Amino acid sequence: MANYTLTTPFGEKTMRSLHIRDLVWINGHIFGMRDRTLIHIFDEGHEPPVDLNGFPVIHTAPSLKKVGDKWEKIIIGTTTSTRMERFSPPLMEKYGVRAIIGKGGLYHGSLYAMQNFGDCYLAIVGGAAAVETIQIEEVEDVYWPELHPEAIYKFRVKDFGPLTVAMDSHGKSLYDEVRKEVQKRLPEIYSKLGIKAA
Amino acid sequence: MGRFSYRVVEDAAKELYIRALKVLPPDVREALKRAYEKETNLTAKTIFETIFRNIEIADTQSMLICQDTGLPIYMVTIGSKFSVDGARIKAAITEGARRATIEHPFRCSSTHPITRENPQTSVGEGLPIIYWDFDPDADYLEILMIPKGSGSEMMSTMKMFTPAEGLQAIKKFVLDSVVAAGANPCPPGIIGVGIGGTSDLVMFLAKKALARSVGSRNPDPLFAKLEEELEEAINSTGIGPMGLGGINTTLAVHIEWAYTHITQNPVAVNIQCWPARRARARIWKGGRVEYSF
Repeated sequence: MANYTLTTPFGEKTMRSLHIRDLVWINGHIFGMRDRTLIHIFDEGHEPPVDLNGFPVIHTAPSLKKVGDKWEKIIIGTTTSTRMERFSPPLMEKYGVRAIIGKGGLYHGSLYAMQNFGDCYLAIVGGAAAVETIQIEEVEDVYWPELHPEAIYKFRVKDFGPLTVAMDSHGKSLYDEVRKEVQKRLPEIYSKLGIKAA
Repeated sequence: MGRFSYRVVEDAAKELYIRALKVLPPDVREALKRAYEKETNLTAKTIFETIFRNIEIADTQSMLICQDTGLPIYMVTIGSKFSVDGARIKAAITEGARRATIEHPFRCSSTHPITRENPQTSVGEGLPIIYWDFDPDADYLEILMIPKGSGSEMMSTMKMFTPAEGLQAIKKFVLDSVVAAGANPCPPGIIGVGIGGTSDLVMFLAKKALARSVGSRNPDPLFAKLEEELEEAINSTGIGPMGLGGINTTLAVHIEWAYTHITQNPVAVNIQCWPARRARARIWKGGRVEYSF
């Protein structure tokens, strides 16, 4: 378990040096997107109007207020990643996204892509949107504003974290490890509860 | 006493939505603190520390705890000594929820189920969700507001078992539901369990169980014991905070129950995330409003 403060954009080598349970803090820029945005890119064939190469993507759910031509933060939090599974490998392969930030984790297709392209999944604390909002210094840009609150957001962040490396480029997933341990423990828990069929 | 002003209810309904989103109930804070103190997993410890920091920032900077403003649920209890026009109460609560959303403002998390059009007001067909109950002794109107976030609501389960499948089927279903939910409902929160009734009532009972303060026990010893037993079982799974491992997967299991059909054995699970948000108001005829949790 090591601690890292990293500045964007990230390189492959940096990503490959991370292991599950490490803690990461990010300085620089991260890009927010979610369901509608990813459908717009991959299912409807729209090229993202911004270069994502080397930058992390966060599964965001922002509440913003437009004042003049600036976007002010009301509250910015993170949504469940599992819904975004099928879009994650192509984000890494086609657009060079380095690190996906979210909650709830991703599945094996993404884990495999992380091994291939040198990427990782950084788990944020779901529900802790106040901390996240403070650590986002500014919403620098909103691409495809007509999709708001599911547009692409360019966030400038400072000491954004701690994020737990929950899936790494070495084929390890902390979610898998926890799930395996739970399955190992279940028979004994069933028996303690008087459950016959396990 | 002058005429009762329904504007008081409207203002309270607005205030309750905003309060619930910002001020975490003291029983939830204490339960999180107790959980942190006994936690042994280092990743989990770090997660708790972020949670406490988040609660503090929400308190000191009047920020929302979580960006998911949820679906607005109002549980209304009308006292016998508080004669009132129910239709006007409903209209006032609806207007309060709408005003909270556009006047604060915050994200409207509601949408049309087919067209996915977002009304941006948190109100519309079937919204806000309002439940009605009555208290023969009270001389006030009580409104409990719960903004129900989707991370946890998406994990809801219900099953109609048969009588022959017995209590063990109920226990296994609750445990398996929590295991299947894993990291998604932002553990450690509250596990609401409904037992008995019909298919619709059992799901409501599970939701009503989430409205109780953390640490409260069902007054019936049979169900209180079952709550304790399931709590221990769930916390020994090792799912932990945010599903990343640890000894705290739930802060509490709450069960609410009802009589059911002789052929049935229904059970439902409704999970609440660690920000187990709720806000309560008591309103008296003269217009006095008291806020609590």
